[in-house]
Amino acid sequence: MNLLNIIEEIENVDPEVYGRLSQRRDVIKNITSFGSKVAIAALPFAVGTMFKKAYAQSTTAPSVIDVLNYALTLEYLESAFYNAGKAKGTALIPADAASKYFNQVTTDENNHVTFLTAVIKQLGGTPVTSPKFDLTGGGGNNNGPFADVLTNYSTFLAVAQVFEDTGVRAYKGQAGFLLNNQVVLTAALSIHAVEARHASAIRQIRGLTPWITSTATLGNDTKISLVDGNYDGEQNVTQGGVDVTTLKSATGSTTSVAVATAAFDEALSSDQVLKLLSGSFIVK
Amino acid sequence: MVKPMRLIGRISYTKQTNYNSKNFSFMKTESQENILQANMARRSFLRYAGVGVASVGLLATAACHKDHQAPTPPANGVDLGAKNDFAILNYAYALEQLEAAFYLQVAATPYSGITSAETALLTDIRDHEVLHREFFKAALGSKAIQDLTPDFSSIDFSNRAKVLAAAKAFEDTGVTAYDGAGYLIADANYLLIAGKIVSVEARHAALISNLILPGSFAASDVSDPATSLNKSASIPEVLKIANMFLKTKVSAVNYGYTAS
Repeated sequence: MNLLNIIEEIENVDPEVYGRLSQRRDVIKNITSFGSKVAIAALPFAVGTMFKKAYAQSTTAPSVIDVLNYALTLEYLESAFYNAGKAKGTALIPADAASKYFNQVTTDENNHVTFLTAVIKQLGGTPVTSPKFDLTGGGGNNNGPFADVLTNYSTFLAVAQVFEDTGVRAYKGQAGFLLNNQVVLTAALSIHAVEARHASAIRQIRGLTPWITSTATLGNDTKISLVDGNYDGEQNVTQGGVDVTTLKSATGSTTSVAVATAAFDEALSSDQVLKLLSGSFIVK
Repeated sequence: MVKPMRLIGRISYTKQTNYNSKNFSFMKTESQENILQANMARRSFLRYAGVGVASVGLLATAACHKDHQAPTPPANGVDLGAKNDFAILNYAYALEQLEAAFYLQVAATPYSGITSAETALLTDIRDHEVLHREFFKAALGSKAIQDLTPDFSSIDFSNRAKVLAAAKAFEDTGVTAYDGAGYLIADANYLLIAGKIVSVEARHAALISNLILPGSFAASDVSDPATSLNKSASIPEVLKIANMFLKTKVSAVNYGYTAS
């Protein structure tokens, strides 16, 4: 293993590399002494992690690991929700809906948890552990506004839709923190798209439009006022400084609010999302 | 044993870019090879084209020609121009022009046996795509590429299965295009707008899939079954498909693609 040669190579470009690595000498020793015990394929990642920490910048924006851990937290929630629903069997979810829809969605959310956990580790981060959830939205009393979420299919569907639509908004809100990061941004956008596919499918089951069709004053088109906050902002019709209702449509010189709001999904910041979930679905 | 030269090469590369929260080039290189399966979209992407709308043989021919041609856009086409955000926005604008034209045709000549529910949904999608097109046109202003002339001669608009297969190809391709080009956008505001649109395209895609086969909204043809990540595609991969439905060929010479 020519790890020390690599460090010498860097030293040619960056004479301070040993200073940057000074607290990491034990790590280097461990790596070299591990030798054959460490899977060779994994070693470049260990080295990468070490250097990444050595060169890390302090910044107010969330780190890539922060973004991924936030996403992981949301996936834990979705995963816990669908697994709990699945565990109820046909007492909750009709067999046809399970085989066509919920088996797929459950598998996807579990895969997202596994995937994000692996990526966080590979980038040298520590995956957060799952918070405690109250799927009734009761903040831990398990008797919240959706008390029958695991016994009443229509409540289960409503909560599923809110989680999916909110998940889409949450991922969208993080994209800017992953700018130009080909691997992580592309992965995040790819999960984002799958969440949007879920949202579309569950809205179809509920007899709503697959897209969020807001009015001028209310983003929420679910008829469940408890979740107004999850949809707040979807009523926006200004994109990139352009009021899109002033643009021509297929049939006229302007565009309706319904089309203008449905054609663009809106983002939520992590603060907004955690405020919506903490103390209700996420137990404080 | 990992070859030292290989590692040194990587380290040198990453040294140029620094390690900060936005750019894990070192990770990127490794991840592309081993972890994130970034190539997952590539292998089966062209399968979409086979869904009743296009010939893969045509693509193979196009690819062969490309090797022998100088990288200049064709006379009957348009190029996305210099590598920058306007090129990516114009890329999106080109795809939205194509989708809008398709759904305008679907609405104008509905397939036989269309239900009122399907009419309502496909009309909604038409309206979204027209608005996306008009939005990019307005936002790009003088930077916008020309109006593109579609070529839908390969699509039988009277046949439900053919129309929905084409719609699925357009929507799935659109999603993979936005997801695959997101990292090329430098301005966070533009990236956010692309994000606002791509999830709506994914909602369309899921609906169309379910109209073809209920329960296929996130099936393995569009999402990697091991990771449940939607597939993504590069600009050349997407434009090859888009150009099969365009008389005005779109090139992206600076992103490695010249229409043949």
